[in-house]
Amino acid sequence: MSEDRYAYPDYLVETAWVAEHLQDPTIRLVESNEDPLLYETGHIPGAVKVDWFTMLQHPLRRDFIDQAEFEALCSRLGIRNDTTVVFYGDKHNWFACYAFWLFAYYGHENLKIMNGGRAKWVAEGRPLTQEVPTYPPTQYRAKAPDASIRAFRDEVFRHMEQRLPLIDVRSPQEYSGELLHMPGYPQEGAQRGGHIPGAINIPWAQAVNPNDSTFKPPSELRTLFESHGITPDKEVIAYCRIGERSSLTWFVLKYLLGYPKVKNYDGSWTEWGNLVNAPIEK
Amino acid sequence: MEISTSIPPRLSEILDDFQLSDRHEKMELLLDFSGRLLPLPEGLATANVQPEPVPECMTPVTVTMLNQGGRLRFYFDVPAEAPTIRGYAAIIQQGLWDETPETILQIPDDFYLRMGLHQILTPQRLNGLIAIVAHVKRLAAQVLNMPANPKPTIL
Repeated sequence: MSEDRYAYPDYLVETAWVAEHLQDPTIRLVESNEDPLLYETGHIPGAVKVDWFTMLQHPLRRDFIDQAEFEALCSRLGIRNDTTVVFYGDKHNWFACYAFWLFAYYGHENLKIMNGGRAKWVAEGRPLTQEVPTYPPTQYRAKAPDASIRAFRDEVFRHMEQRLPLIDVRSPQEYSGELLHMPGYPQEGAQRGGHIPGAINIPWAQAVNPNDSTFKPPSELRTLFESHGITPDKEVIAYCRIGERSSLTWFVLKYLLGYPKVKNYDGSWTEWGNLVNAPIEK
Repeated sequence: MEISTSIPPRLSEILDDFQLSDRHEKMELLLDFSGRLLPLPEGLATANVQPEPVPECMTPVTVTMLNQGGRLRFYFDVPAEAPTIRGYAAIIQQGLWDETPETILQIPDDFYLRMGLHQILTPQRLNGLIAIVAHVKRLAAQVLNMPANPKPTIL
């Protein structure tokens, strides 16, 4: 049997590696949390904050910041085109993967996720600081959006009609239509409950170890998806409610398992479940 | 029947502080509150408040009410890694400190709009605040023997 390893292990680093690279000027640590105040209570020394709602979302449209705004953001955070950006965050790195996905969308090349995220760093007793670092602005040039990792609704519709793999990474209750939103997260829902016809339910958190937030080993991840018929030869689209949980699944499929064609449908259920005349399965 | 609404003075001051702050100051203010959440005084039994298991990785919050001769105090147990929810809890704790159940039941459900938190927080994060207030009102209703849900709130 071949060695049990991730397809692209360079995209994942351990907390110990990060601890050894705190002074490395070629690396920028970026904390991306669900809780918008958590960074301020203490973060890894040298890390900058990215808040997905106030910094990554377009202020008017339902969309992400555009290319020029992304360039301005990177400049402000002291990120150069050749900087290695290491993301970490709360909730099993769920929002760290969301930020990672957006950086990949604008073509940033050197990206990593810190395995275990913020919780593991804290549990290991590693240092935190409230000191907010500042870095000299850079001349950042983003690439045009990478359409190969983002799905819009028309493409999802075609995907559905061709019975290609769709993964619904929400909770079973949301998938079944019993709930219009995540348990405990009322109101960010939709007019209708259920899932996109043909979508398979593989809740996102099944890809991580609940005790230390690290990703499950390669063989377990492979089994998780292949047992549902999600194999690397197929084009895969993942979605959730607003595209955040599914960006973790996207990361797992693309970088840990090496699936070549995986997209995140960030419109997700809050778009599909509100679309007039869109087919729904319960 | 028309139900009259009003906001007790301390809570109203807090709302004003938020209203008058810009986006950055609102964040600072909420963070400041999150660091000032008073814990349940030692020696008080909390056995009657059982946290419920939470699906996914949401924030479990429990509320304990102290009734001192008709004046209410609320204590919240919120994990340290949820400072936004801690901030909400501290606003409610301080804003309603030693108020009567009648006063608490008169707070309008949309009182928080004045704070302008939607500029910095997603609707789902604001729901935490709404849920805390709804639960505090249920507890206040219990004191008055009105229909109430005795279960602790899970956010």
